[in-house]
This record gives sequence, structure tokens and C-alpha cells, in this order.
Amino acid sequence: MEKKTVLYETHVKLGAKIVPFAGYLMPVQYSDILEEHMAVRERAGLFDVSHMGEIMLEGPDAIANLNMLLTNDYTKMNAGKVRYSPMCYENGGVVDDLLVYKMNDEKYLIVVNASNKDKDYAWMKEHVSGDVTLQDISDDVAQIALQGPASDQIMEKVTDLGKLPEKYYTFAQDINVGGISCLVSQTGYTGEFGYELYCGKDDGVRLWDILMEAGSDEGLLPCGLGARDTLRLEAAMPLYGHEMDENITPLETGLGFAVKMGKEDFIGKKAMAEKGDPAITRVGLKVTGRGIVREHMDVLKDGEVIGHTTSGTFLPYLKGAYAMALVGCPYAAEGTEVTVSVRGREIPCAVTALPFYKREK
Amino acid sequence: MNTPAELKYTKTHEWISGDGGSCLIGITDYAQDQLGSLVFINLPMEGDELTAGEAFCDVESVKAASDVIAPVSGTVAEVNEELADAPEKLNEDPYGAWICRVEDYTPGEELMDAEAYAAFCEEEQE
Repeated sequence: MEKKTVLYETHVKLGAKIVPFAGYLMPVQYSDILEEHMAVRERAGLFDVSHMGEIMLEGPDAIANLNMLLTNDYTKMNAGKVRYSPMCYENGGVVDDLLVYKMNDEKYLIVVNASNKDKDYAWMKEHVSGDVTLQDISDDVAQIALQGPASDQIMEKVTDLGKLPEKYYTFAQDINVGGISCLVSQTGYTGEFGYELYCGKDDGVRLWDILMEAGSDEGLLPCGLGARDTLRLEAAMPLYGHEMDENITPLETGLGFAVKMGKEDFIGKKAMAEKGDPAITRVGLKVTGRGIVREHMDVLKDGEVIGHTTSGTFLPYLKGAYAMALVGCPYAAEGTEVTVSVRGREIPCAVTALPFYKREK
Repeated sequence: MNTPAELKYTKTHEWISGDGGSCLIGITDYAQDQLGSLVFINLPMEGDELTAGEAFCDVESVKAASDVIAPVSGTVAEVNEELADAPEKLNEDPYGAWICRVEDYTPGEELMDAEAYAAFCEEEQE
């Protein structure tokens, strides 16, 4: 039996198409994926992301545990900052990728993928040591993402803009948004400017309604998981289960920026060090022939399989078919011509720089 | 949902409009609505031999690729090449956006009239 976020009834009222995802009944689209996608690129979109997991790590040994559990380095980090990291198994494969919010030296909010939450919590529980506590607070939290260039115009109507986090990957607590106390971070999974808002689950519906109302003059659209996926792909943001999983190390999927091999130790470091330079890497593919490339398709060069696609579809803003793929490093140079095998047809593609889409700042 | 009375329909949501000599084939309003915005069509080619009940074309939305099943057996005499660059026409005007014209055709079994098809879709939606 799937769970429902507090916004389930709201989605149904808005006419959303509902699908099971990560154990939840979630809206995949309200109007149309293409429209929702373009709303986020040109105006704004509102997403219910309450299915995401939130885990609180607290205690004097919090930093030491983060540094051991995660591949990124949390030693030098100010309160109010957000930092991305993969979390790895001993073999270097990825348990999950997540965001860490630093409340203070002894308190961190960890936001994880819905589909991995229970696994992540169990893994952390098993591997923390010293004076720390872990608490899964997912069921108490509603999370809503407001994404798009008009986000500030919308927020301005319901909160004091001066109190919002000014920089990307920072956050502020106890922000009054239309009378609701929220944690607000300047983060997102769309490649666009915007915010993610966390509040108590009982305030979730009211927060959604307040934001929808504030956005009514700004062309704000409610957006489902369909647009969330095309937006993140256009921005080349990796997704667990696609660009990474328990058999792929972060180094093999282009996440080396978040793996600090110089750290004294972390789970997975030894395996990654022993593997040496990765043999495969993540690339972008632009379809130069006719067709659409999707995930789990073979990538070929001169008839030989050199990798496979991890995500792919038609990207609405760029108006073309694109994919991400894991391929052997010798084939990763921009401009390399390859083909992808799509239901028996070989479709020509060219290796292209990631991200496919980058917003103008 | 629009189901013009002069057309015949399949359970896999294609329509045909025939005059005895040749027929046009497309996907129904219900089909385009279920599929969502279409972004690609892999068209058949002139001269292709269709077998009723078998896939002869595929259409793709952002989410997925779907086969279009031949409602008739016969030879493709003409292809609506315009759709290759404008697959959105399948959404905008499903009964105007014919995919191909088939000659010397034999209808497959179980084609429905508009009334029966409308009832079939209603049932499927429940």
C-alpha cells in the first residue's frame, strides 16, 4: 500500500495524473509535462517533494560521523550552508546521494532520496559511532519546491525577501512564509533559480495554497514528477538508480568534485583508491539522427558496445533528444560520434558537454 | 473525447477512414490524450506491407515510446511526412493528422464503430 503525502488530496483536486513512485502516490503531471517544464524555465513551477526523506544527525561527534559516512568533506563548513555528497558502501558503490544542511556544529539535516530513505537510515544507524543521535523525521515534514526565474516575485508577496538565503546552496530557518514557519534553502533539482521550503506536515497544504495563490499572476504552474525528471536531465543532474547505483562509484559517474580522497578516511575510500583512475565516466549525448534515446540502451562505437545510457528523452527547452551515458573514458571527448541502439535501430549521437542547459545568471 | 461517426476504431486506439480503394490510418483522440504531448514519430515507409494487429509505427512522448498497431493489412501507398517535423499535430488534430494511406487493404477483425469505441474507452478509463 503506497503512502500519500499531505498534499495528495490537493493533487487530485488539481486534476493530476497520479502514479506510484518510491512508495508514494505522487503526481506525475497536472496539465502537460512540456508545459510544466517550460513554466519552470520561463516563469515558475511548484513541486510537492514531501516524499523526500529527512534525517537529523545531532551530537558532539556529528562532523566526524559525516566525514566518515560521506565522501565530501564537512570539516570546514559554516552553519547555514548546504553541501551535496554521495554516501558509499565499502566497495565504493553508492548507497545514495544527498544534501547536508548545517544547522550548527552539532546539528545537521540530511535530505535523501525517497526511494532510499529506509536503506539510508539503516546504513547510517549501523555505521555511526560516538556521541550522536540519528532521527528519521520524514513523516513530520512537508517539502515544497518553488523553482523558476519568477520565484522571488512570488516569494515577495508572502515573505520578507531580505530574510531569504541569498546564495545558491545556503538556507535560513524560521522564515515566516504567509504565517507559516519554514526552513528555506536556495536549492533545487531543475537547474533553475528557486527555493525549497520545509515546514511541519500539518502546514503543508496551507503553504502550497499560499504559494499557488501568490504565483497566480506570475504564471506559476503546479509541476509533477515528469517535469521534475526532464528538468533535472536538461540540467544534467544525476539521479540515483540511473546515473549511479550500488555498482558504480561516484568517480565513475563524474561526481569526483564531491569525493575528497585527501580526507583521512571515509567509507569506500579504500576501494576507490585501489580501483585507481576510473575506466568509465558520465557523458552527455546529443541525438544527431532521428529518434529518442532512453535509459538502459547500448552505446556503440564502430559496432562495439562502449557503454550504456542512464537517462534520456526529448528535452523540452532545448527541443531535442538528449541522453546521459556511462562510457569508457577513451570515448568521452566532446564531439565523439557514437550510435545508440534503440529497439533494433542504431541512432547517431555526438558526445556533448554537460550540463545540456545552464541558466544565465 | 471526440469520436467522429464516419470512422472505424480498434481496441488499440487507431482509427481508419476507408472508401473501399484505400484508407487512411491514425491514432484516436483518446490515444493522444493518454499518451500526452508527442515529441517524435517513427513513420512507416511507402511500400511497407502492413499486417493487421502488428506494430507498423511508433510514437514517443517525453515519458515513453508506444507502438501504433496496424488496423488493416495492406500496402503503404503514402506517408504523411509532415508529421516527422510536427508530431504535435497528432495531439492537436488526431483525426486530421493521418499517419499513412494504405492500398489494397483488408480490415483486421473487430473494428468498432464510433459508438462502440466510445463505450470501450469509457470502460477502459474506469
